[in-house]
Amino acid sequence: MFARTILSRQVLRPATRIAAPTPSFALSFLQRRLLSDATRQAIDKAVASAPVVLFMKGTPETPQCGFSRASIQVLGMQGVDPTKFAAFNVLEDQELRQGIKEYSDWPTIPQLYIDKEFIGGCDIIISMHQNGELAKLLGEKKVLAVEEGTSASEGEDKKE
Amino acid sequence: MSSSSTTPIEDVIREKITAALSPSTLEIYNDSHLHSHHKAMENSTSSETHFRLIITSEAFRSKMQPARHRLIYSLLKDEMAKEGGIHALQLRTMTPEEEEKRRAQEDRGTTCKGDA
Repeated sequence: MFARTILSRQVLRPATRIAAPTPSFALSFLQRRLLSDATRQAIDKAVASAPVVLFMKGTPETPQCGFSRASIQVLGMQGVDPTKFAAFNVLEDQELRQGIKEYSDWPTIPQLYIDKEFIGGCDIIISMHQNGELAKLLGEKKVLAVEEGTSASEGEDKKE
Repeated sequence: MSSSSTTPIEDVIREKITAALSPSTLEIYNDSHLHSHHKAMENSTSSETHFRLIITSEAFRSKMQPARHRLIYSLLKDEMAKEGGIHALQLRTMTPEEEEKRRAQEDRGTTCKGDA
């Protein structure tokens, strides 16, 4: 099943897993090469599960790949609101791992979505971070944590 | 691919990108040795798994970054899909103007390379 994790605000360390939106996902579709309707729908749901969604290897607290780690670090530096963020670990689900590549027409992980729109992989995330486009986009989408007056309690399960 | 080459995948990358994009800059870095201890590489015997490409081409004009990357991915589709083929591909894709701008920035020392 999709393991959804919440990005914690400061160091992105104490992320807590919450109930996966599609618990029966992996059980239903084994070993299929092509993206089935059900797989597509499950990924649709995942992409829509938060304003900022990262498909990655590992979890925000323990990324299993340097490119996923770099992407998480960028989102952390940008100050993405943890309540507006969801991460999906593709290593926990072979169907997702293959399906997301076809879904996005993108052969590598990580993959970033903002407001259901595909943004890019690690290189694009980093270059947008460096040239200011990412800060602008995240600001426009109102997904950044506000310093004052928000309850950014860490380590708690949260749902939108 | 030529069987005599010690870098068959790098050769294919160069051939395909040169043929399709006529790049004014094409730098290919094989970073595989940096990743050989990774878990995903446990059963890999290939010395050509991780590449970093810097490509400058007119073909990128008026294309957003994701479209540029998809263009490269589609050119190297077989090499990426193949068992033991390319596992990771880092891309920097620029038009000649963007490359020029980047160089100017680097000369002024405004590009932070230690970041991210």
